[in-house]
Amino acid sequence: MSMELSGINQYPASASFLREREGENVLSLLEKRLLDEFQHHFPLTSSPFAEIAKRLGVCEREVLETLKSLQERGYISRIGPVFRPRRVGVSTLAAMAVPRNRLERVARYINAYDEVNHNYEREHHYNLWFVVTACHRQRLQQVVEEIESHTGLPVMMLPLEKAFHIDLGFPLWS
Amino acid sequence: MVLTEKDYRLIAAIQDGLPLVNHPYAEVGAQLGMSEDEVIHRLDQMLKEGIINRFGVVVRHRELGYRANAMVVWDVPDERLEEIGALLGSQPQVTLCYQRARHLPQWPYNLYCMVHGRRREAVRGTVRRLVNDLGLEEIPHQLLFSKRRFKQRGGHYR
Repeated sequence: MSMELSGINQYPASASFLREREGENVLSLLEKRLLDEFQHHFPLTSSPFAEIAKRLGVCEREVLETLKSLQERGYISRIGPVFRPRRVGVSTLAAMAVPRNRLERVARYINAYDEVNHNYEREHHYNLWFVVTACHRQRLQQVVEEIESHTGLPVMMLPLEKAFHIDLGFPLWS
Repeated sequence: MVLTEKDYRLIAAIQDGLPLVNHPYAEVGAQLGMSEDEVIHRLDQMLKEGIINRFGVVVRHRELGYRANAMVVWDVPDERLEEIGALLGSQPQVTLCYQRARHLPQWPYNLYCMVHGRRREAVRGTVRRLVNDLGLEEIPHQLLFSKRRFKQRGGHYR
């Protein structure tokens, strides 16, 4: 299990206006096009960034540096595959009702599992929502049971049964 | 397509993203003892077979100003699930639409979709319009807005 803790991001309400402006205005046209136009059909060729550069009329180095900068500033999570649920390994959405004063500690404990890839606080009695992914069902069950016994709180498992609309990217400006 | 041990190693090597270098597939291959061509071919196969849903830039919408993110959960009668799932899933405002197992008695909801927006009021308005336009007034639903993100990355399968 990886013990690396993910950063906890909290945006105070007062900063929301600034952030919104940031998302809108601080990005250059090249940055916007890189974010928006390559969520699908990323080139599977020897020099994908050179191909993108050609399409956008800039040089390869500019594409690479801009992508690195977008990643450092947190706008890009990664460039890579999004797997179709249930085709690789097993996974489940899970929810817990955690007492307010324990929420941060429980969230950090759960984040430390390499098997957990998404973990959000939501405004509800069930306030902690995360996704557990593993290579097989036994390991998935084991992670959930460990979380239950460590926290003393029940975990509600909500496995996927059917996808009506899968992740097709997130249209930004187009 | 049955995934081989090599495919799983490739998946593990790229699940956190491609390296930002001139020849990323060659670099990934070098770590695994595979040629660049083999890496590209295997990824292409996984895309064609639908194991990979899409390949490309995965953005963080909160950082891009889409701060209001609601998971909308619906308690749909079983006999209407296919119809309503397909209907909601085809709306452009809906970014994901999944059927999940109910967890009775405390959690009757069986259909989930995500709606993103810049402001909560806009997201609430979008959901109200979906209910009205699609005639879903009789279907109980709840909006769960996200407050803090503790973790977001690709799945690790091993």
